[in-house]
Amino acid sequence: MKKLVISVVLVNLLAACASQKAPEAAAAAPAPVVSNATVAAPASAPVVAVDPLNDPANILAKRSIYYGFDKDAVPAEDKAMLQAHGKYLGEHTARKVEVAGYADERGSNEYNLALGQRRADGVGKLLKLSGAGAAQVKTTSFGEEKPKAAGHDEAAWAQNRRSDLNYAQ
Amino acid sequence: MLKVFHALLVVLLLALSVSAHAELTIEIIGAGEHQIPVTIVPMGGDAKLAAAINEVVVGDLTRSGLFKLVDAAGKTPHEPSEVNYAEWKTSGVEALAIGSVAQENGRISAKFRLLDVVKQVTLVGEVVSAREVQLRAVGHRISDLIYQKLTGDQGVFSTRIAYVNRNGSKYRLVVADSDGYNEQTVLAQSEPIMSPAWSADGKQLAYVSFETGHAAVFAQSVYSNQRKMLADFPGSNSAPAWSPDGKQLAVVLTRDGSSQIYLMNADGSGLQRITFSEGIDTEPNFSPDGQWLLFTSDRGGSAQVYRMAVAGGPVQRMTFGEGSNYSPRYSHDGKSFVFTHRANGQFYITTQDFLSGQMQIISDGGWEKKPSYAPNDKLILFASEAYGRGILASVSSDGRVKQRMSTQSGDAREPVWGPHL
Repeated sequence: MKKLVISVVLVNLLAACASQKAPEAAAAAPAPVVSNATVAAPASAPVVAVDPLNDPANILAKRSIYYGFDKDAVPAEDKAMLQAHGKYLGEHTARKVEVAGYADERGSNEYNLALGQRRADGVGKLLKLSGAGAAQVKTTSFGEEKPKAAGHDEAAWAQNRRSDLNYAQ
Repeated sequence: MLKVFHALLVVLLLALSVSAHAELTIEIIGAGEHQIPVTIVPMGGDAKLAAAINEVVVGDLTRSGLFKLVDAAGKTPHEPSEVNYAEWKTSGVEALAIGSVAQENGRISAKFRLLDVVKQVTLVGEVVSAREVQLRAVGHRISDLIYQKLTGDQGVFSTRIAYVNRNGSKYRLVVADSDGYNEQTVLAQSEPIMSPAWSADGKQLAYVSFETGHAAVFAQSVYSNQRKMLADFPGSNSAPAWSPDGKQLAVVLTRDGSSQIYLMNADGSGLQRITFSEGIDTEPNFSPDGQWLLFTSDRGGSAQVYRMAVAGGPVQRMTFGEGSNYSPRYSHDGKSFVFTHRANGQFYITTQDFLSGQMQIISDGGWEKKPSYAPNDKLILFASEAYGRGILASVSSDGRVKQRMSTQSGDAREPVWGPHL
């Protein structure tokens, strides 16, 4: 009877040792690796500034306004755009713009030269009221000379009744 | 009685190259109320010179629309004693031009007579003498004599015109004989040229050039090509007009805020503003006595013709009724003015008599602009369109005889008739 009891005890001891090893092995399995390099957050990355004048999505990309026949006042729908140009010029005092006025061919060419000048001057005035300095704005007229569209029809005339803003490079 | 006439042709050698053929093709439509039947007998002497002179004279008289040119049909009298008046009378001819031409040491001498077939007398005779290169001028002088004797009015065959030729983006200011020959380029560039204006002595042209990037006024000698910038203020400088005494010009400047008329001395000094409206005042034109200016203004709401004294004072509106009116120019006798009338979407050449205030439309309508009188007030030159191009046109002051003049290439614009020389 004594022999059997000792064997049982020995077997239990052996079993206890074996089970103790497994948890250690499990503990030693590699956890997910976290690298030491940090990923730069977008807010702190170096960025090139885009001049709004060159941004095609900006209101400043619009450089021409069109007029009704014999009209030279800035159309209401174009005021915001011109105010934006004036503000831009006020903030970028090294920039210069030339406003060129044109007219359609209905009238004498001298009268049309005067009408084109009146159109350009109207735009120039609004630019200065909106922030542009006098030295930054030049106004010119080509009247009916150098028309954008040829033709004795309203389709051509409408294109020629216009003021263009030309920024110096 | 033959008169020797040298003085005229001593003058005018043009500074730049001169083309030997016509740069303008001329088409005539219509005829005068009564066409005087004449025969221009080819001159005796040098056959080649005679043929060339004959071509010029026949061309001049035909283009006027006032003559019926009857062929000489083989008859060749060169002296009054050789003329068989009875023969000529049966052909219906009223006047006969005869003569002879010779050449010596590069000089041409043409002996010319105009005979009245009915009265059988010499109406006028002259020896026209010139350098060989001025052959056409000899013909034009003879045409002037014939025209003056048979119509009572001074001929304009020896006068010149100026105009702008625009070909794509190339512009040329051009001076030519009134028949289109002897074209001379005064200015050639890739920027627009506008509004040429002759000085009263025919020696200078004032004009607008965009060569500096905007409209600026220049004056240039037609003979030496020396030029001077007269007005280059900010904005537009335009519409130059010479006073008849040549001492002043009127110009249009925008330096004070809107297009207004200023006087200046011929050298550009002494600037003085003379119109004071808030609108557009432009296209000043001096009266022949230098006392008045006609001009275009929209001060009343639409473009109309107004008049004011050069010395200052009230401004008087001259054109009324429907439509708008532009580009007034005085006649040389000061009794009327010609202008562009715009109505019904068309432009018409129109005259108005100062005394009666009556407006008379003398063209058919279209794109007709910038009219000017010939120095004898019998013809009006203006810009028009045909075949899709800009052309020059003229109409007799009674509206009956019309001419179209087209350039070989490009658009002809901005014509202005020069003075008697």
